Amino acid sequence: MAFTVEQALNWLTKSNEKIQENKDYLSELDQAIGDGDHGINMARGFDEVVKKLDGNDYKQVADVWKDAAMTLMSKVGGASGPLFGTAFLKMSMAAKGGEAVSYDAFIKALEDGGAGIKQRGKATEGEKTMVDVWSPVVKQLKEAKDFDAGLIRDSSKSAMEATKDIIATKGRAAYLKERSKGHLDPGSVSSYYIFQALSDCIEGEV
Amino acid sequence: MKKIINDPNQVVTEMLDGVVGAYPGQIKRIPDTNVVTKKDAPVQSKVGIVSGGGSGHEPAHAGYIGKGMLDAAVAGEVFTSPTPDQVFEAIKAVDGGSGVLLVIKNYSGDVMNFEMAAEMAEAEGVDVAQVIVKDDVAIEDRDGRRGVAGTIFVHKIAGAMAETGASLEEVKAVAEKVIANVRSMGVALSPCVMPASGKPSFELGEDEMEVGIGIHGEPGTERKPLASANEIATELTKHVLEDLELSGSDEVAVMVNGLGASPEMELHLVNRKVQGILQEKGVKAYKTFVGEYMTSLEMAGCSVTLLKLDGQLKELLDSPSDAPAFRS
Ligand SMILES: Nc1ncnc2c1ncn2[C@@H]1O[C@H](COP(=O)(O)OP(=O)(O)OP(=O)(O)O)[C@@H](O)[C@H]1O
Ligand SMILES: [Mg+2]
Repeated sequence: MAFTVEQALNWLTKSNEKIQENKDYLSELDQAIGDGDHGINMARGFDEVVKKLDGNDYKQVADVWKDAAMTLMSKVGGASGPLFGTAFLKMSMAAKGGEAVSYDAFIKALEDGGAGIKQRGKATEGEKTMVDVWSPVVKQLKEAKDFDAGLIRDSSKSAMEATKDIIATKGRAAYLKERSKGHLDPGSVSSYYIFQALSDCIEGEV
Repeated sequence: MKKIINDPNQVVTEMLDGVVGAYPGQIKRIPDTNVVTKKDAPVQSKVGIVSGGGSGHEPAHAGYIGKGMLDAAVAGEVFTSPTPDQVFEAIKAVDGGSGVLLVIKNYSGDVMNFEMAAEMAEAEGVDVAQVIVKDDVAIEDRDGRRGVAGTIFVHKIAGAMAETGASLEEVKAVAEKVIANVRSMGVALSPCVMPASGKPSFELGEDEMEVGIGIHGEPGTERKPLASANEIATELTKHVLEDLELSGSDEVAVMVNGLGASPEMELHLVNRKVQGILQEKGVKAYKTFVGEYMTSLEMAGCSVTLLKLDGQLKELLDSPSDAPAFRS
């Protein structure tokens, strides 16, 4: 199976739905170990992404991701804006050229996206940031041969849940040191919603 | 929640209109942005100074726009870093040919968004330098420290240096000198409420205080029973002094900053004790600032900032500024 423009649009629309539904929850998570704006930031940004994509006639997956990236960078703010923006921009760069994206190319794009987050945030695995969802998910998907909705769903869920036990060393939660333990990382939870949306939109099409 | 607002989603843009309305002769807004600049920006062949960050810290940052201080301030949503395109607009608007210094507070959001803007500006041939303020001693790890009220001294001194016609490199160097010599610490007695969420940033009992608080309603490093003004001043000053390593004949600038809801009266009680502690140590308070300089919405509490001075810093601190929130 290849990942089409239609799926790319669908992915972002579904991501937006999940983020809007869980806006308050994401802010509550951020209130516990950050400054309480994560849900508000993400909801504002993804709403703008959907508005931006709406009605455009895209020929390439890369163009969808590029518009999403630019919108996220200019509308989200905070730490998550540049991070998600960079992820989608790197994905767009990796996917350039083809109309639809093969599984291998898709994984390469996700890998570049994850690397972009690490580079922009100067973060690595185990620091209680969204890197702790992106890295393990990419790693597990790399081992598969084709799109697997179940694998995307399960790998992102367990990675997200595992952020609870980490003591933060990056981002606002790092100010709390040991007190950051026992709380989920908000950026990891929103990354999880994005991967859930991906899983939903390829389900039934494999 | 009781707030004087219209639409919670419009507070930042409406506030900026209000700021421009208050100082129409001095400050203007770049249309369709959340960037405000000096009326006469760009000032030819002067290094431009750009600061900014989330809103909710008023008078920071727009109140520090003026001759001798900032050329532009970029306002993000409440407690949220502004986006790179906005910072980029500010850089372009104040570049008078001698380059632009970005004053960034050390939060991952601010650092990333400002860095991306700097990359955009460099790609267009604008000389950009940046300094990262990290004065909050509540965070042990020096590189992880937040930028709080000490940022005002960076604005003041870098701004004054730029007025002398100094190069970007020289302005950056003096800003770094301030950063190396400024330390702050704060305490909160009550949380703040973000307009968009309508909820308090944390729960704090009637008889409790949160020590080591930042300026975003994020919880502090330690929760303690509420103490007296003298005890609060002593605790904050102690941590600041431990980190600054002052000796007998040193001179400092003092800032006792209100976080939004503590009356000036209480800030002066804190200042009284701070002055006493400095006297005891034989440290001279060269200049003292008491008031609201870097707030956290309606949080009750205060922070204490000390800046160790030398001849150059004293002169630049004394030189004129006509910024609405910092006249000297
Ligand atoms: N340096 C970093 N590297 C990778 N991810 C990070 C980093 N810093 C923060 N994050 C992620 O961003 C999330 C917080 O995003 P949010 O939008 O709330 O930004 P913020 O830190 O509150 O920004 P601001 O300070 O401007 O408000 C965290 O939960 C974490 O996953
Ligand atoms: Mg946040």
